[in-house]
Amino acid sequence: MATLKLTVNRKEYEVDADPQMPLLWVLRDFIGLTGTKFGCGIAQCGACTVHVGDAAVRSCSIPVESVVNQPITTIEGLSDDGSHPVQQAWETIDVPQCGYCQAGQIMTAVALLKQNPNPTDEDINASMTNICRCGTYNRIKKAIRLAAEEV
Amino acid sequence: MDKSTTATLENTATITRRNFFRLLGGGVAVVVSQSCIYGWADSPAVGKDLTVDDDSIAAWIHIHEDGKVSVFTGKVEVGQNIRTSLAQVVAEELFVSIQRITMIMGDTLMTPYDAGTFGSRSIPYMGPQLRKAAASLRKALLEKAAKALKVPVESLRTEAGEIVHDASNSTLPYGSLTRGEKLLLPIDEEVALIAADSWTVAGTSVPKVNGHDFVTGKHQYTSDMALPDMVYGKILRAPAYGMTLVAADIEKARTIPGVTVVEAGDFIGVVAPDPQMATNALAAISVQWDASPQPSKADIFSYLKENAQQGREDDGTQRETRRVFDASENRLEHRVEVQYIAHVPLEPRAAVAQWDGSQLTVWTGTQRPFGVQEELAGAFSVAKEQVRVIMPDTGSAYGGKHSGEAAVEAARLAKAVGKAVKVVWTREEEFKWAYFRPAGLIEVAAALDSDGSIASWEFHNYNSGNAGIDFPYRARTKHIQYHPSRTPLKQGSYRGLAATANVFAIECMMDDLARQLRVDPLDFRLRQLTDERMQAVLETAAERFGWKEAKAAGHGFGIACGFVKNSYIATCAEVAYDRSDEQLHVIRLVAAYDCGAIVNPKHLENQVLGAILQGLGGALFEEIDFRDGRILNPTLSSYRVPRFSDIPPLDIVLIGRKDVPSAGAGETPIVGTAPAIRNAIADATGIKLHKLPMIPQGLKNN
Ligand code: FES
Ligand code: FES
Repeated sequence: MATLKLTVNRKEYEVDADPQMPLLWVLRDFIGLTGTKFGCGIAQCGACTVHVGDAAVRSCSIPVESVVNQPITTIEGLSDDGSHPVQQAWETIDVPQCGYCQAGQIMTAVALLKQNPNPTDEDINASMTNICRCGTYNRIKKAIRLAAEEV
Repeated sequence: MDKSTTATLENTATITRRNFFRLLGGGVAVVVSQSCIYGWADSPAVGKDLTVDDDSIAAWIHIHEDGKVSVFTGKVEVGQNIRTSLAQVVAEELFVSIQRITMIMGDTLMTPYDAGTFGSRSIPYMGPQLRKAAASLRKALLEKAAKALKVPVESLRTEAGEIVHDASNSTLPYGSLTRGEKLLLPIDEEVALIAADSWTVAGTSVPKVNGHDFVTGKHQYTSDMALPDMVYGKILRAPAYGMTLVAADIEKARTIPGVTVVEAGDFIGVVAPDPQMATNALAAISVQWDASPQPSKADIFSYLKENAQQGREDDGTQRETRRVFDASENRLEHRVEVQYIAHVPLEPRAAVAQWDGSQLTVWTGTQRPFGVQEELAGAFSVAKEQVRVIMPDTGSAYGGKHSGEAAVEAARLAKAVGKAVKVVWTREEEFKWAYFRPAGLIEVAAALDSDGSIASWEFHNYNSGNAGIDFPYRARTKHIQYHPSRTPLKQGSYRGLAATANVFAIECMMDDLARQLRVDPLDFRLRQLTDERMQAVLETAAERFGWKEAKAAGHGFGIACGFVKNSYIATCAEVAYDRSDEQLHVIRLVAAYDCGAIVNPKHLENQVLGAILQGLGGALFEEIDFRDGRILNPTLSSYRVPRFSDIPPLDIVLIGRKDVPSAGAGETPIVGTAPAIRNAIADATGIKLHKLPMIPQGLKNN
């Protein structure tokens, strides 16, 4: 156990946790930010994607101690009310089915668009490696394209 | 719902006809009885009176005194968007905006009994009844208004939650008519419904009603819930099927501060204040297991055949079909092998359980909340009424969440430690201990007459199931049989059930017969079909695809069709085989789908797309590998599911049939994908595959 200082969604938190604990569990079970999901625990599905700085990171597979003092953003921190252009594009295209993968998809897409404001289909295929078992892939692509126009 | 209502409800077993208004305040409600639902197909006039006992109530629609509308149904939302489509049909018939409707779903206390959300029954069975209930409610409101205004009912109309009397230019909101009322009405079976071609809300692409909460992360799945003082549970599980517990040393785990170990016979679980501690505590238990011999993937098909139950007595059709087959010059025989596959719902099984004295409340993601309520009542020997199961909208199921394992585990631990307990399965647990789509062996033999018609059709399915087993084509003699068998792995329902396997076997054979005759596989099918809806989807898909057009070198075209439960799919595939790198590419898929009148075109298209893509995984690479009862690929790195880069361009034609009642759409479209791709591979390469998945290791190894 150790006391760790985290900055999540521009807020400071102090948590008492095992420094090796995956960031995902700290976010969900210590801080109570449950928008970030567990899907596999081994960096395969992307449901747990958050931003550390501007980079999309799979929070199930990094120990919490590695992100102390770095700005972390979760889906809850993207906007207060779902007004981020990528979230809006998701709503316009009506992407979600069960919705479970979508927070991770949105976080990955936001990071992609920051790096590459006009991604081609190949760019999207290369960086969007999140799984959607409901098969919303084509709508996700559409939403990314729509968001790219808006941003 | 406000706090006071919740508090009252907790002291009550279930909402019954008698205490409905006591719990929900005044208003007017219309009741749908079970007999309406299940008698729907054959006798539209059932359920006229309200003497139905409470057990037979299937749904309610309630207009509150403030004009808000609540719909109570035991159906559940797992991503198929029925929360939206059922609200649409109610909005349509009741003339209220969809924002005014609250759908209360899948809660054993609040909603009437429902057998479960599966088999694409929600839209064809619940949908029409809710429409009728809404229309009955509207009719009752019109009659009340006519009385109140002392005008003939014909002079009134409804609009946006109000009764309008044009002559006097006056309006009455629904709420004002229900004030002071406590009126429970039966469904009016003869009530006039709005014809599908005049729909304005139903039939349109209303966005997911609570969609906002899914893009903000606000929606609380079961796995997101937290109750005060809640602790986290983990269950000890055998490393393989067929293993039994010999001894367990729990000492080390027990002494970890904050950890409690719960033992009850073979059940060992731990609880801890956080999930990591619970995981560590479980790992600290050392266990001795006793293994018993178990089948492996390598011998599964002979195992299934050897362990098949004796089929029914031959009624003569088998002998006759064999005789015709043996006498024919032109005949083919296939053996089709279908592997176990996993549903892989992205949210694994999860439950939160809380005891209050002998009252148990469990939140869990299941397609059968009332089934899980019974499971729990049985497991803890309490009356059903003491158990409340609540199903928050869940991270998908695809037929894989009929059971309540996590619910029972969480309740057991909660009972032992006297606190609320959350159990969330890991991906590995979900892979190993949920259940699979059955593996199956299919033997099919067919012969042709000299004029190219089908002389004999013999079809045996071992273990995988009999959904979609019927032969939709003309055949002079046929014998079709399903042989249940013993399964070494836990198996259960899956999207489309065995239809994926059966339609695959049928459509592979149809293609090979066409090839044998050197006729176009599309023409061959059209000629042998009798059902015009099937012909229509085939022709539509072929036309959109450009079936008769030339293809590039190395490319192949394939076509297949199938039907399940009153809906029809035809799929065309184009594949390319690159001999230099031995890679198979699915270039594009085109599908035509007919499921009767369409309630929400966009959500329908999404469901169809989702089913086709899920079909792609099972067609190409998804399979469970196991040896001696041990699941060898229980991870998303070793069990491959379709990803972005696997998705070919997809074109879906929805054939709206306003003259045909809506069928459920979550399943049928899955069945066309595998055989269309298989037939395209045969066209491109001459390689005829007879197994699912077809190319787990790529095409070159076939
Ligand atoms: S849960 Fe982190 S990638 Fe799947
Ligand atoms: S929407 Fe269900 S997993 Fe993506």
